[in-house]
Amino acid sequence: MDRFIFLTVDGLSKGAVYAAFALSLVLIWRAARIVNFSQGAIAVAAAYMAYSVTMHTGGNYWLGFGAAIVGGLVLGVVVERTTMRFVGHERPLDSVIVALGVVLIIQAVLGFIYGNEFLPAAAPFSRTSMRIGGYAVWSPYDLYVYAAVAVLVSFLAYLFAKTKLGLRLRASAFAPEVSRLLGVNVGRMTTLGWALAAAAGALAAMLVLPTELGLHPNAMDLVFVTAFTGAVLGGLDSPQGAVIGGLAVGLILNYVTGYAHNPNLAQPAVLAVLLVVLLVRPGGLFSSATARQV
Amino acid sequence: MTGILEMSGVCSGYGPVKVLHDVDISVPQGTITAVLGANGAGKTTLLRTLSGLVRTTAGQIMFDGKDLRSVPVEKLVQLGIAHVPEGRGVVTELTVDENLRLGGLWRKDRADDARALTEVYDFFEPLARRRTFAGHQLSGGERQMLAVGRALMARPRLLLLDEPSLVLAPKVTAQIMALLKQLRDTQGLTVLLVEQNVRSALSIADEGVVMSLGRVVVTRRAEELRDDQDLRHAYLGF
Repeated sequence: MDRFIFLTVDGLSKGAVYAAFALSLVLIWRAARIVNFSQGAIAVAAAYMAYSVTMHTGGNYWLGFGAAIVGGLVLGVVVERTTMRFVGHERPLDSVIVALGVVLIIQAVLGFIYGNEFLPAAAPFSRTSMRIGGYAVWSPYDLYVYAAVAVLVSFLAYLFAKTKLGLRLRASAFAPEVSRLLGVNVGRMTTLGWALAAAAGALAAMLVLPTELGLHPNAMDLVFVTAFTGAVLGGLDSPQGAVIGGLAVGLILNYVTGYAHNPNLAQPAVLAVLLVVLLVRPGGLFSSATARQV
Repeated sequence: MTGILEMSGVCSGYGPVKVLHDVDISVPQGTITAVLGANGAGKTTLLRTLSGLVRTTAGQIMFDGKDLRSVPVEKLVQLGIAHVPEGRGVVTELTVDENLRLGGLWRKDRADDARALTEVYDFFEPLARRRTFAGHQLSGGERQMLAVGRALMARPRLLLLDEPSLVLAPKVTAQIMALLKQLRDTQGLTVLLVEQNVRSALSIADEGVVMSLGRVVVTRRAEELRDDQDLRHAYLGF
């Protein structure tokens, strides 16, 4: 029982981060119909910005945190305006290959500036679990992760459902041509979608890196694959699906690796989940639309 | 007479495929002009060229003294041009209310925007009862009402309508035609109406333009096209 509670609590904490990252993938999918394979690299780059700012401000985590979010917004705009905008939609593979090119460039530049060794990623709160009724439960850092992801989800839900900007963003995503005829600047909405997505990805990186080995140009690669699985599980079109899919994948991974006592099973388990989803329900659990070709 | 919309020598097409050849059309302010012709005559391309969705390769398009070729698609509605595309263009994932509000989002005059919304709901009763329904839950007729209503949210001066009667019940078609006539008579709305349904289009139109294979083959007063059997036989096939 003790072990089950530990695995569940820990799995939900990891899942919250996957949910945030999956949400960032869904945002770009909805805005541009692209699976953004460069999302992980962009997020790591933002985390490196945070590292630099924190270093130069005498170890101030929150200034670094702010820099990561702003850096994510800016990088999203830059990547969209300089490369992805010019990729046609006739062949879906084109955007994948261009995104992988962006990954290589970002990782090379990061390696050039910061080196290819792991750098420490600081956590602003203790990562020691608190004990309730004899069971080890959440650490203060876990609670911080939940709060941060909850703020992100609420912010996006409010933006999309309640604001005029959100209405424009949704209309552009669903019906770009009609939206243009109605006076919506769809190009600007696409760029904004990228900016929001990259910032959400940066937040996920800031939350997950302190719980892993630290900062490295490739540090988000496995998180990307895991969160992508969560996004596909929930349905690439569905923000709610991304959150639930991310949490589910976090739990599944923790149960598999925890009960098998083998952390090496994490990657095969992720791929197995991805495979099953694509075979059984390629549209994802929460996709309302008909199956789309990725 | 110079129209509010003047197309002269317009050619356009999709990449290497030319669709419109040397099209001249003049639409006088406050009139309804029906564009008629068989499938593939270039009627839809005509509207898409006006909106800038299809690139003009030659000729000139003037709206109220302004060259439309240099106007980005998303700025058209601010000039007073509303385009209801073929297949209705309702955003099926959004609700009726959201679709309608989308039509007036660019406007600064919030009070008049709210009035426009009330007017649309007043006119299209069925929509008022389905405000929170998603677009994909509506019937074909309701979707057409929504598309036209959404265009009216912008308080346009020129309405481009592509096949509003397509797969609609005659009653709904008649209702939409009556609305267009009413808007022309009361607000001076100018309408360019693309239709397969020749009879219903000519029943309200002032002018008729017949297209064939991307060219304008005849331009006449609507009643001449309606009443002159020889013309009808020659160009409209009935």
